[in-house]
Amino acid sequence: MTTTKAPPTLDHHDERLLTTTGFTGELRGLWSTVRGGDIGSLPVIIGLILISIVFQTLNPYFLSSANLVNLTLESSAVGTIAIGIVLVLLLGQIDLSVGSISGLAAAIVGVGLTQLHWPLLLCIIVAIVAGAVTGLVYGMLFVRFGVPTFVITLAGLLGILGIQLYILGANGSINIPFDTWIVQFAQQMFLPPVVAYGLVIVAVTLSTVASLAAARKRRAVALSSPSTAGIVVRGAILLIVLLGITWYLNTTRGVALMFVFFLALVLVGNYALTRTKWGRSVFAVGGNVEAARRAGIRVNRIYVSVFVLCSTLAAVGGILAAARLASANVSSGGGDTNLNAIAAAVIGGTSLFGGRGSAFSALLGILVISAISSGLTLLSLDSSIRFMITGAVLLIAVIIDSLSRRSRAAHGRA
Amino acid sequence: MSDTITSSADAVAVAAPMLSLRGINKRFGAVQVLSEIDLDVHPGEVVALVGDNGAGKSTLVKILAGVYQPDSGTMSWNGSSVSIASPIESQELGIATVYQDLALCDNLDVVQNLFLGRETGSPFALDERDMEKRSWELLRQLSAKIPSVRIPIASLSGGQRQTVAIARSLVGNPSVVILDEPTAALGVAQTAEVLNLVERLRENGLGVLLISHNMADVQSVADRIAVLRLGRNNGTFTAANVTYEDIITAITGAAESAVTRRAEATATRASEETSK
Repeated sequence: MTTTKAPPTLDHHDERLLTTTGFTGELRGLWSTVRGGDIGSLPVIIGLILISIVFQTLNPYFLSSANLVNLTLESSAVGTIAIGIVLVLLLGQIDLSVGSISGLAAAIVGVGLTQLHWPLLLCIIVAIVAGAVTGLVYGMLFVRFGVPTFVITLAGLLGILGIQLYILGANGSINIPFDTWIVQFAQQMFLPPVVAYGLVIVAVTLSTVASLAAARKRRAVALSSPSTAGIVVRGAILLIVLLGITWYLNTTRGVALMFVFFLALVLVGNYALTRTKWGRSVFAVGGNVEAARRAGIRVNRIYVSVFVLCSTLAAVGGILAAARLASANVSSGGGDTNLNAIAAAVIGGTSLFGGRGSAFSALLGILVISAISSGLTLLSLDSSIRFMITGAVLLIAVIIDSLSRRSRAAHGRA
Repeated sequence: MSDTITSSADAVAVAAPMLSLRGINKRFGAVQVLSEIDLDVHPGEVVALVGDNGAGKSTLVKILAGVYQPDSGTMSWNGSSVSIASPIESQELGIATVYQDLALCDNLDVVQNLFLGRETGSPFALDERDMEKRSWELLRQLSAKIPSVRIPIASLSGGQRQTVAIARSLVGNPSVVILDEPTAALGVAQTAEVLNLVERLRENGLGVLLISHNMADVQSVADRIAVLRLGRNNGTFTAANVTYEDIITAITGAAESAVTRRAEATATRASEETSK
């Protein structure tokens, strides 16, 4: 007994399916999705807003343009590492050695540049290759011997830290000259305001036009499609928000080139995960390895490729971090780099259980971590307190992950 | 006892077998799981593979699917000798396998599962629209009842998952479909639908290898019945002229077995009750 008229599209012909059509329907659909535990990035965004409110009331400098610019610079290096962590978590694996790899990359760049007098580009290439080779070794060890990656990378954490210290040698700390372009890139280069606005407008326009074209093509083959109004409204909101942020950052130093580089990596990662055969295979392996293998996916290649990518991104992040501090030393990549990168991916909404997550969780997660770290520094709290609070936030994120998993199961969306 | 060829099976036997196994052996450690297995599957024929637990049915299926390699023996495909070293090679030959555990990814949606490993479009830009459209066509062809193809597999019922798994086997236009216990988890109506589906595959000229414990299913749909017992061939029957008892005897290896004793006991009880 249905009151609706003949179902209009190929995919909405089952009478039991509660369809949402039109713009208001889409809003209602969104709400029921969230209630069903498919929360996506909602808790992170709410968390970011809460963090902002709390720190802003405690210290009015927190949301100032200068501090936010600082925050974007601070996020980029560890955020880049976190993208790699998202990839390994999607497979249901872990890489605990990303901090050490980033430190190794920093050491290679520092020593290569100042002691061996290599050209800068060569230093960077060698550092990145070192990262990639590490990932290759992890991947090979995992697919050959089936040793849990937890253990392989724990061994890597120590071993690579050793290599880092060996390369740095006796003096232990190397300053990277300020006039090299990598340091300029990480510290001084900002997009001119016109370019920043132009980039935002072009990016949002392109994505909206692409969505409209996709929706039109879906209608052409009688599949349901998001409403034109919905796409345009979404695009407009995105445009206003991004232009507002750009304007606010431009009132002081502006949009850092390094942050744009990080954003570009996130977008590339998101495309690779959602639109390519490789990305589909990563999700399949994370969801059910055996099913993926029987579907003809070369599972071992997926594992190896992901570990190589993770270590490579860790090396890139290490180079960015060294460039930002203009120094490579024994503590590069040490301390909380490792855990911040892993925490960022988890806080951003990538499940520890594999098969669920997105590249954007690296961005959202690292913003949360950087915001907390920056806020606590502004309150001139000791790093002991900072560790405790970051730990608590990570715990909350993992609990939300587990709870939403349970809720998804209860609502049939697991 | 074996191969009493009837007129209907005659037509089948004239065509050369599409898939043919000769003398397949497989050992796991000290256990000889399969010894000297022969099996033929012709185009447009449903072959039921039956046997007790541990008879080697699943191992044989996995050899055909490329999961295991036989220790010795030959496999031929359309007359030419082949070896199947991996699941991909099995698929490329034209063998589609539906496993007992379905082998679906719970976190992916129906479309993603149907085309897993066989995505359309370029590897760097998947054609979601085309895959979704073809998913609906495929599911409709099987008259499947799936409310939406964009929901994760985890939210589907057992029968719906079975349908998705069978639909997935047809994506690559296979020549032989292997179904491992396809009706074990299904209700009455869904079982009938799966059996209809098997008949539809046969009408389309595909060879079907059906593994089942359910003799009613086997007898209603199979053309030939191949029996395995303790890793050996124990007879091949033409389904049209074999009795339930003959098959049970071949499966258990004796005319006198737990199954026959139980059948006798039930019959005696029934006759006693009627005589009262």
